[in-house]
Amino acid sequence: MQLCLAHKWIAEQFIIANSMKHVVKILTLVVAITAFWIGLLQTSVVPCSHTWLLPIYFIVSLGCYGLLMVGIGLICFPTCPQEALLLQQDIKEAKEYLKRNKIDVGSD
Amino acid sequence: MEEKSKNKFSIIVPTYNERLNIALLVYLVFKHLRDVDFEIIVVDDGSPDGTQEVVKQLQQLYGEDRILLRPRPRKLGLGTAYVHGLKHASGNFVVIMDADLSHHPKYLPSFIKKQLETGADMVTGTRYVKGGGVHGWNLMRKLTSRGANVLAHTLLWPGVSDLTGSFRLYRKSVLEDVISSCVSKGYVFQMEMIVRASRKGYHIEEVPITFVDRVFGSSKLGGSEIVEYLKGLAYLLVTT
Ligand SMILES: Nc1nc2c(ncn2[C@@H]2O[C@H](COP(=O)(O)OP(=O)(O)OP(=O)(O)O)[C@@H](O)[C@H]2O)c(=O)[nH]1
Ligand SMILES: [Mg+2]
Repeated sequence: MQLCLAHKWIAEQFIIANSMKHVVKILTLVVAITAFWIGLLQTSVVPCSHTWLLPIYFIVSLGCYGLLMVGIGLICFPTCPQEALLLQQDIKEAKEYLKRNKIDVGSD
Repeated sequence: MEEKSKNKFSIIVPTYNERLNIALLVYLVFKHLRDVDFEIIVVDDGSPDGTQEVVKQLQQLYGEDRILLRPRPRKLGLGTAYVHGLKHASGNFVVIMDADLSHHPKYLPSFIKKQLETGADMVTGTRYVKGGGVHGWNLMRKLTSRGANVLAHTLLWPGVSDLTGSFRLYRKSVLEDVISSCVSKGYVFQMEMIVRASRKGYHIEEVPITFVDRVFGSSKLGGSEIVEYLKGLAYLLVTT
């Protein structure tokens, strides 16, 4: 019974999440993180001076993540020089066929 | 097998000054789709280079039922070109591709196969997985592309790897549904289509494609693309 209720609750959350506009989802996340941070500040499980710096750490690590992903993307950028050659062959073949069938595509 | 023989694919190709490319493309489509029922719908926006004359010659060669010319009087933009082509599509599936040969018709069979295997509502060509790739971009182009991609993924969580590619196969009813709620232009349009499809819960699959930058003709998209892109991203954040 308990389990069943829990399932229903999760399903409902999914439906709510799905009908939410995406900004709302992101804002919810931000609010949740802020709430957690304020909680930390108040209970002071970790020294206050550290807690105050947490948002800065968070933003810096977000930036690093972005730069890192772009960097990895650039380094591992998939290229396909052989495809350009294959395409040239296909173009040649197609042009010959078009010429045989008297389709005028111009001189270029 | 039964299912396979019933499917018909309408390939919508928007053109603007693609005289040579459209002829090459048509030849390559016929070469690679041998035993598939399909039609090619060319939506030409009054190209001054005589694209339509070439298409008419191709109709003589391949048949007017296989190649449909559905022109418009002047350059009205890509998004509406798809809507226009879609009105004339008789297939139950629609493929959208560029005429400039950066979308190679040799990948069409893999789109069709993927759809058949998975029953997907939409199959999108992706350049950023194994087997895919891009040729002919300089460092700047790569950098903006990667940056745009990372930004969009962190903000939108779309669930597909290539958001701005436009080589895609749709179930016709799905394309009609998605396209009617899209308002963006340019690259953002492609992104909006896939984000909306994914939010609506349609089943999306990916196949790797390679993208060779156009060899003939000139690019028509230009100007302040980055600003437009950021605006589009913000728009998608608040509306989807
Ligand atoms: N009907 C129609 N087709 C267009 C219009 N603008 C572009 N196209 C076509 O749309 C396709 C994609 O346009 P491209 O200019 O190649 O855009 P792109 O691929 O982003 O840019 P490139 O890097 O130059 O390849 C091509 O087949 C064009 O001929 C338009 O206003 N109307
Ligand atoms: Mg192109």
